[in-house]
Amino acid sequence: MTTDLLKVRNLKQYFPIKGGILGRKVNDVKAVDDISFEVKAGETLSIVGESGCGKSTTGRAILRLDEPTSGEVEFDGKDLLALSKKDMRKMRKNLQIIFQDPYASINPRQTVRQILSEAMNIQGVVPKDKQEDRIKELMDTVGLGPHQIDRFPHEFSGGQRQRIGIARALSVDPQMIICDESVSALDVSIQAQVLNLLKKLQKELDLTYLFISHDLGVVRHISDRVLVMYLGKIVEIADKKSLFDNPKHPYTKTLLSAIPVPDPTVKKEQIILKGDVPSPIDPPSGCRFHTRCPFATDKCKNEDPELRTNDDLMASGHRAACHYIEEIESGEMQPHE
Amino acid sequence: MTTTNSIIKVDDLQTSFFTHKGEIKAVDGVHFDVPAGKTLGLVGESGSGKSITSLSIMRLIESPGKIKGGSITFNGEDLLAKSEAEMRDIRGNQISMIFQEPMTSLNPVYTIGDQIAEAYQIHQGKTKKEALQKAVDMLELVGIPSPKARVKAYPHELSGGMRQRAMIAIALACNPQLLVADEPTTALDVTIQAQILRLINRLQDELGMSMLLITHDLGVVAETCDYVAVMYAGKIVEYADVNTLFSNPKHPYTVGLLKSLPRHDIDQEELEVIKGMVPRPDELPEGCRFAPRCPFATDLCRERLPDLEDLGEGNQVRCWIHTDQWNGPEVNVKDDYRSAEST
Amino acid sequence: MFVYTIRRLIQTIPVLIGVTLVVFLMMHLIPGDPAQIMAGERADAETVELTRDRLGLNDPLPVQYGSFVWNAVQGDLGNSIRSGRDVSAEIVPRFWVTVELAVYSTILSVFMGLIAGIISATRRNSISDMVIMVVALFGLSMPNFWLGLMLIQYIGLTVGWIPVSGWGGAAVILPVITLGTAGAAIIARMTRSSMLEVIHQDYIRTARAKGVKERYVIYKHALRNALIPVVTVVGLQFGVLLGGAVLTETVFAINGLGRFVVEGINQRDFPIVQGSVLVLALLFVLVNFIVDISYRLLNKRIELD
Repeated sequence: MTTDLLKVRNLKQYFPIKGGILGRKVNDVKAVDDISFEVKAGETLSIVGESGCGKSTTGRAILRLDEPTSGEVEFDGKDLLALSKKDMRKMRKNLQIIFQDPYASINPRQTVRQILSEAMNIQGVVPKDKQEDRIKELMDTVGLGPHQIDRFPHEFSGGQRQRIGIARALSVDPQMIICDESVSALDVSIQAQVLNLLKKLQKELDLTYLFISHDLGVVRHISDRVLVMYLGKIVEIADKKSLFDNPKHPYTKTLLSAIPVPDPTVKKEQIILKGDVPSPIDPPSGCRFHTRCPFATDKCKNEDPELRTNDDLMASGHRAACHYIEEIESGEMQPHE
Repeated sequence: MTTTNSIIKVDDLQTSFFTHKGEIKAVDGVHFDVPAGKTLGLVGESGSGKSITSLSIMRLIESPGKIKGGSITFNGEDLLAKSEAEMRDIRGNQISMIFQEPMTSLNPVYTIGDQIAEAYQIHQGKTKKEALQKAVDMLELVGIPSPKARVKAYPHELSGGMRQRAMIAIALACNPQLLVADEPTTALDVTIQAQILRLINRLQDELGMSMLLITHDLGVVAETCDYVAVMYAGKIVEYADVNTLFSNPKHPYTVGLLKSLPRHDIDQEELEVIKGMVPRPDELPEGCRFAPRCPFATDLCRERLPDLEDLGEGNQVRCWIHTDQWNGPEVNVKDDYRSAEST
Repeated sequence: MFVYTIRRLIQTIPVLIGVTLVVFLMMHLIPGDPAQIMAGERADAETVELTRDRLGLNDPLPVQYGSFVWNAVQGDLGNSIRSGRDVSAEIVPRFWVTVELAVYSTILSVFMGLIAGIISATRRNSISDMVIMVVALFGLSMPNFWLGLMLIQYIGLTVGWIPVSGWGGAAVILPVITLGTAGAAIIARMTRSSMLEVIHQDYIRTARAKGVKERYVIYKHALRNALIPVVTVVGLQFGVLLGGAVLTETVFAINGLGRFVVEGINQRDFPIVQGSVLVLALLFVLVNFIVDISYRLLNKRIELD
């Protein structure tokens, strides 16, 4: 029985919008709106969704890079939101993040050595005299040569910079790493290198990943479980296999069908959604997907569906937030044009 | 490239950038043609020269870049021999282009309608009023709801997908023979990408135009293209019809690219990778440009650049393995491809 | 846009309070007893006391401030100590002279600056670009009173028909050049860098890909976007200009508000200084308001709040 390393309960992240003559708060962007999930020790849970669904905001809220509006975040048994700023900084030793563009988050005037030793000094994990060896070891781990130790970030390619970002995250020996679109900016051949590296490190160092991405190919490759978000809500969560082979929410189905398959012989049926994602400022009532859902009824307009399962149709741990899982499955409900 | 009827034929195109560090050969002897009414996908990773190729066709290369040589034959005439005024008559009229970033490709201070009308007015000699009516029609054609109202909208009032539709409306206003689309869906979400690709395909059929699609996304290629040219470090390394390219890729780079792609529709244990990285354009290797990363490379590959060999049925590959001069062990590129290093 | 205008108007309130407060406090901040200054250095104690009483200087400060603002709103800025004349009446004609000077100079700056900046940007690294930028650097570095003196020396006194003092007719030429040069230089540099940035934007490439003539690419597509930051500079420049007017008016003996202030200071004629500074400050606030509004009109993107 694996334990939950990270538990998120009823997390909300609202960003106020100022407006009107007096510049007062007139509304909120409901970026993340009441989501709960947990990440088990040693697994990779991916959060997928399109831009504006709240996936990155969730990662930032967990780390308190933006203070969440409400909810609970429990990491390794401790309530992160109750920690003082100082204790939270200490906690980040165990909970690291790697961003999409490592260049934006590393100081361009520091060499690899300085970047890595600074991270170690802040958390005080490695004594000064052992740092040199540890840095070289880390560089080797992420596939950089020891001769590159005194180089500056701009002397590296995008893929190598992402390796520096990974090395920095690893330098403090974290239990968990949040990867926020960490491979999205990389070319395919380099992306594969970094993905394989992340997988290898997970095995060797017993890491837990929260992997945030819009790329379902990448997600299928790296995840154990997958969580799909739409407009600040979780619409479906399941084991990787169950989610990709047996998606139950119409949004997940659409998302999967929309991805082009790199094989011209595969002729799949594509579901094309009408319109754009609505604004998270005034999200649709009821089920947030109802404005674009081919199956939507009045009930969808009025009632917000809960995440639920159906033992006959879904594997254990597979839950979807749709009123009509059974009816759609049985064919009783047909998409309307 | 045996197809008789091609809308555009690029021959030995060379485009370089002259910087203080010396000449950077971004496009170095590129050949391909786009069969009439078909879609050619030009695929490559960043730095392969695919976008520079597309801008060269439009003759939109800016200083310090310069088209050094070759020819681009469009409708039997060499675009590289045309005057700037003659090129202007072709741009946006017979050859149109859409770009990657819908957010920044539209002028923020003019309405969508004005921007669509402009091309139509320039090339068709219509009045502003007629052109604006055309803009409404075009918005309708590209599926923008309530076109009469949207024609007066500014770009910031539209979503990314809507802006890309507006870009397409601009490009197609004069009913071009060739559409050059440079990563048209890369900046969009997948559900919006699906809408836009479907729209482009539909309009291509309706208007009978040919398309050059520049992309890094092999999924998009498989779904929309008839022919594919794979570019690596300024050169075409493989050209084939789309089915052949995916089912029977010949160049080790193409194979590596396909094998390193994480797919959402099948399970893959470990991704094959292409070791190392794309060479910098100012430090191109001596022989075959892929040799330093190629698992099959021999001394021959490292010393001499192979030619683009014809394999029959219009398919071509630039690789020593497929020539009589290959002196390494017998290999099946597709089945034997293994990256030497795993990370 | 309407909401923005209202909000921007509301935002000027604290500025106005600040301005009036500073101008009001000027009297109390300069060394010496204001009543003594008002009454004259040789006045006896009784006269000073009477003056103090007449000016309400015995009232608590907030009351004094209140009545100062109340009077100012009604157009009463007090009387001159030396001449005893109504300060408001003295200010009005001079105010228009200064406004004329500032407006003409601004027009000159904008006109010259834009043309020079556009030429520089579109012919980057050419001889004309270099010449323009060197000239602009000179224009920027020259103190305007010195430029004024040089103009008087080498143009005014050699070309007979341009008067070197006063205001009106051909007399406006030299002061406007004097005052407008620095602005033209700044606007030229700003336009150049703004244009260079805009020219590399994706939408400029889109315009070219449509087959738009290069001239229209520059003047229709690029310039309007490039102007957005330039407008702010023009606004700020107007403030600098008002400061410069003090010196220029003195050099060219123009009967404007700037010179009025200088005279007021020299003669320790306090109400004149107070009144003029207040009017100049209000003008500056007004111009900034107009600039902000036009910035909004030019830049459609930030309208979405």
